[in-house]
Amino acid sequence: MYSYTEFDDQFLAERNAQFRAQVERRIDGSLTEDEFKPLRLMNGLYLQLHAYMLRVAIPYGTLNSAQMDQLAYIAERWDKGYGHFTTRQNIQYNWPELRDVPDMLDALAEVKLHAIQTSGNTIRNVTADHFAGAAADEVADPRPVAELIRQWSTDHPEFQFLPRKFKVAVTGAEADRAVIKSHDIGLRIVERDGQQGFEVIVGGGLGRTPMIGKVLYDFVTAEDLLPTLEAIVSVYNVLGRRDNKYKARLKITVHENGIEDIRARVDAQYALIRSQFSGVDQQMLARIEADFAAPQFKTAPLAAYESAYTNDPVFRAWADTNLADHRAPGYAIVSISLKAHGATPGDATADQMRVMADLARRYGHDELRISHEQNVILPHVHRSDLPELHAALKAAKLATANIGLISDIIACPGMDYCALATARSIPIAQEIATRFDELKLEHDVGPLKIKISGCINACGHHHVGHIGILGLDRAGVENYQITLGGDGTEDATLGTRTGPGFSADAIIPAIERLVLGYLDLRNDPTETFLQTYRRLGLAPFKAVLYPEAQANAA
Amino acid sequence: MPKPFTPKVVTANALLEGDVIYQTATGWTRNLAEAEVLTDEADADLRMIDALTQADLVVGVYLADVTPSETGPRPTHFREEFRAKGPSNYAHGKQESL
Repeated sequence: MYSYTEFDDQFLAERNAQFRAQVERRIDGSLTEDEFKPLRLMNGLYLQLHAYMLRVAIPYGTLNSAQMDQLAYIAERWDKGYGHFTTRQNIQYNWPELRDVPDMLDALAEVKLHAIQTSGNTIRNVTADHFAGAAADEVADPRPVAELIRQWSTDHPEFQFLPRKFKVAVTGAEADRAVIKSHDIGLRIVERDGQQGFEVIVGGGLGRTPMIGKVLYDFVTAEDLLPTLEAIVSVYNVLGRRDNKYKARLKITVHENGIEDIRARVDAQYALIRSQFSGVDQQMLARIEADFAAPQFKTAPLAAYESAYTNDPVFRAWADTNLADHRAPGYAIVSISLKAHGATPGDATADQMRVMADLARRYGHDELRISHEQNVILPHVHRSDLPELHAALKAAKLATANIGLISDIIACPGMDYCALATARSIPIAQEIATRFDELKLEHDVGPLKIKISGCINACGHHHVGHIGILGLDRAGVENYQITLGGDGTEDATLGTRTGPGFSADAIIPAIERLVLGYLDLRNDPTETFLQTYRRLGLAPFKAVLYPEAQANAA
Repeated sequence: MPKPFTPKVVTANALLEGDVIYQTATGWTRNLAEAEVLTDEADADLRMIDALTQADLVVGVYLADVTPSETGPRPTHFREEFRAKGPSNYAHGKQESL
């Protein structure tokens, strides 16, 4: 993984010292809140409903064990003993005190982590496929270029006051696990005539006005990538609307001006700035790529794995849901579910973080990943180590076998924490997971992605959930709208609203009707919820969701 | 016709801890039941101005609707209920000491 240079260390130390002084000046009254707020946001510090919240970037979702241990230490030393992993590969601490935040940032810097540009109208944490460098279907590891983009975008002098926040995601595979079409810029590494380059997608986004990104260029060479990105953000910086916060994202700029107009402007800007890129970025990229060299994969007999798979049904259930194909023979990608039934999606205690760090050290070539689906990944585990690994996970309550199933729910913090939320998300996720665990239907139902947001900003990605749930405030009461048929993969699709929303009491039974209805509607057990929806459309699902309307119409 | 003024409290977050706080006649409290209930609009405006001058203590001052009761003011909206109590997934925040 990327190793900091002396320059990086010094940059971070200076930045943290600056913020420490800014905090002191806020506390002693020399800075007003209006002056301080943009400074704290630049450093990831929010004020939420009950407390401050520090959002720490996990660049392209990659951590080593020492970093995970430090996240655990910070959770215990300055928070309430846990952290919340988010849909943008960040970790959030929900209870820091203002005075402690500079110390937390210094502790993060010790392990080369930071909270820079995790908020504010800047280029945010660059996210990537959480299976990067391990997936069997990958053209190339997207993380080196993600790191290059992080370095280019961090403290970029032209892009510190963009019209609005700006999100970039990168994948190196055809199967999109990074939801690249819902980002301001989505990049996919592709191969053409033996040469690697990038498909560049722009103007995607969820939130108030969800849009699927559009292809700006179908092939940009590695040397042209940074100048192209710079040209895109530059065009947006000038053209993006600053008169209306709700129309300020790139998706609206692209929508209002049209992709051809944006392409012409980017082409012109690119022509203007191309000569400023001397190729030094490609030398830097080569150094970064060396840092991301694959680990020395081992060979070992698979007898222990095969025996556990045959003889231990609990291990087999877990292996069937939580493992993915690895590119190295004998290896597997392990997804550790942070979605124990009834638990808060994405939360891990300090002890659990230490267990995962230790397992990464012992069995995982010292690597961990955070997925946008709020789980933790051990990307490189030899199958012979899986039985021991599984036993250790079980002991730490981390062996829930539900990846990709109905209880593997994405949920934003919602009104339990977030100052912007209009309703709660977490209790809805907890209740759905608990209910389907009671029904013992989860594995029969099969692949099904439920995504819950507590407001229209859609941090919980509800638009791209097979079942999306959006929490709203309807006349002072929590109300939940359902969308169906969304998809966050390479076939990105926005879900369709089913009709009137449901109260907090009625939403769980509504989801149960939907899912039981699907079991009746599917052709056979291999037809997934999404496939069934695509075959039949909204009508039969609407009929099970709103039985009263059916009865009234009859 | 102007909307009738409904009872309110001045609320904010404490600068240092971030805790939800409420204005009393003499300072601030973390317990909504102890907050000063404002029933007069002009009075509420004055109390807001007073709170806004305390930028070295508090952040994000606003007026929140309440319903007066025998045990002190109670929230009218669920958002204020959560602010007064804490999150629903863990017994953290104010509910730890209430």
